[in-house]
Amino acid sequence: MADPAQSSPQYAISAENLVRRFGEFTAVNDISFRVEKGEIFGFLGPNGSGKTTIIKMLTGLLPLTEGNAWVEGLDVRKDAEGVRERIGYMSQKFSLYDDLTVLENLRFYGRIYGLSAERMKRRIDEIVQLNGLAPYLNRLAAQLSGGWKQRLALGCAMLHEPKLLFLDEPTAGIDPVARRQLWDLLFELSGQGITFFVTTHYMDEAERCSHVAYIYYGKLIADGTPAELKLLPDVQPAGTDRIEIVTPQVTRALRLARHIPGIRSATIFGESIHALVEEHFNLADLRAQLQKDGITVTDIHPLTASLEDVFVELTYKHQALLEASRA
Amino acid sequence: MPNPFRGFGAVFYKEVLHVRRDPGTLFFSLVIPLLQMFVLGFGIDTNVRQVNTVVYNADGRQESRELIDRLKNSDTFHVVRYVQNDHDLNDMIIGGKARVGIKIPVDYSDRLIHKMSAQVLVLIDGSDSSVAGQAINVTTAIGLDESLRRAVTDSTAPFAVDMRPKLLFNPDSRSPNFFLPGLTAILLLNVTTFLTAFAIVREKERGTLEQLFVTPVRPFGLLLGKLLPYFFIGFFELCNILFFMRFVFRVPIHGNVFLLAFLSLPYIFVSLSLGMLISSKANTQGQAMQLAFLTILPSIFFSGYIFPRETMPAFFYGISFLVPASYFINITRGIILRGAGLQHLWLDGLALFAMGTFLLVIAARRFSNKIIMT
Repeated sequence: MADPAQSSPQYAISAENLVRRFGEFTAVNDISFRVEKGEIFGFLGPNGSGKTTIIKMLTGLLPLTEGNAWVEGLDVRKDAEGVRERIGYMSQKFSLYDDLTVLENLRFYGRIYGLSAERMKRRIDEIVQLNGLAPYLNRLAAQLSGGWKQRLALGCAMLHEPKLLFLDEPTAGIDPVARRQLWDLLFELSGQGITFFVTTHYMDEAERCSHVAYIYYGKLIADGTPAELKLLPDVQPAGTDRIEIVTPQVTRALRLARHIPGIRSATIFGESIHALVEEHFNLADLRAQLQKDGITVTDIHPLTASLEDVFVELTYKHQALLEASRA
Repeated sequence: MPNPFRGFGAVFYKEVLHVRRDPGTLFFSLVIPLLQMFVLGFGIDTNVRQVNTVVYNADGRQESRELIDRLKNSDTFHVVRYVQNDHDLNDMIIGGKARVGIKIPVDYSDRLIHKMSAQVLVLIDGSDSSVAGQAINVTTAIGLDESLRRAVTDSTAPFAVDMRPKLLFNPDSRSPNFFLPGLTAILLLNVTTFLTAFAIVREKERGTLEQLFVTPVRPFGLLLGKLLPYFFIGFFELCNILFFMRFVFRVPIHGNVFLLAFLSLPYIFVSLSLGMLISSKANTQGQAMQLAFLTILPSIFFSGYIFPRETMPAFFYGISFLVPASYFINITRGIILRGAGLQHLWLDGLALFAMGTFLLVIAARRFSNKIIMT
């Protein structure tokens, strides 16, 4: 029985207890989440943790072993066809036809979705304008750079005006400028009411999402706004503070820091160390102690958790749980 | 002095690992030669035996039945049917159901009893020279033997049983006439199966197939849309082959060339569908290539292109029914050499169409279940 709340038009995606097994291996283990309309939903997790599998389940490419899912109000198990009419999908590889021109690629997808000649012309004009493809219309897709391929792929995926777009690592392997431009485009489209389901490995991209979920080896271990996640007790346990130690000798400093009482955990972030310390930990003492051991301390200051901190903490915790359960 | 062999050990080590990781390639490169050896070793018996034969025994009395028994006992002839008139006799041969037709005249026994010479007509399908040669030799030998036997018991007897072989369809025994119609089937298979074998694999490799699967495109829409352009290419190639066969190699076409074109459609369809199935199974273009070659082999050996199908061991003869080229070679030789019509060949056309549909449905099922994605 479909729970009316789950198929309610408020949600772009509503997944309930999703399970996907491949033989003995459980790739997706009892995952539930909801994505509201107009959100940019960032779906994160290590490689092989089940992100692409979930996308395939939600787009009807892989049958669900267990659970239920509604996409744009349609039951994926019953109406995968209808789901595919309403969504757009862009894979990691910007799957375009290299030997077709930009215009030919767009027209092909227009035909696949059965757009009328009139609507096709209007949509291609709109997309070309939105994505700035005008100078490249007659160029072969193979000759485009990564950023332009990505824009073309996005254009192909949204030709039929879907209200929900799945983007599987849309910024993998493209340059930072193109990355920034894509996100500007996503915000603009999101403002027009389009929902995005985006997977990424970039933390700065995750910070830009309005809703973030983190999957770790088939389990959903975090789900909320970035601000909510930073306040999770697992990330910021009661009675602890987060500090940053800036030093040119990060590796040696890390080794030393891990043995200093009061420091619960420490990780390198570029030229600094992020550490979780007991409340009321004396930063001046720490600075003195490190300097005594020959470490040049440029700066020590309190820090609010970043999303990267969130995922690192959660990953450590679940790694420990995983190992404990195996032992 | 730098060592010119530097890196030999490392490359050797790496290459061995590649071979071990790719058992498919190893399997194909080792098994295909063995397969060919077994097929050629067991399947090919240059002694023609058990040739399909149709008999019109207008006489029907003791003497005539004895003659038929002798022919059957020679192991060269396998009587598939007894007919009651000349028309059926000819029809069986034109339709390719029999390669040899034997007609015993109504006065055969009478003439022998009256110590007169009796003529037996032996119609031989000349489109296969090895079969034709053997049929001529064996029938005349039996005629001679029968006559001698009578001469021994009765010295006044004349040369009694006079076998009259008559070579039909390819009276000059020109080898292009025999080989080119069969070759047409093999060449066409080469073009079509290979073209489509790459069609889907290429999209798999590029990742565009995954993209297509999240659109509302349906399996048959995808498969037939991919198939149709190659269908035209295949048909165009057929026309080229027929043109060169007729005007460069001067093979006369006895039947209706439009019928041949029409009946080639189901054959092109089945070879394209086979390519589609290969393409849905293979993961890389290399694999598709190997699988396509694997289908070419039986088409050459089991289709009757080189070796007559009837003379194969039962197992290989059974396989030959699963090879589309068998039916098409019957069609090409039938129309080109024997002047066969639709009434003789419709079943072959239908068999090809059925096979093509079957293969395409299997390929489509693999798509709708998304088996090829996992």
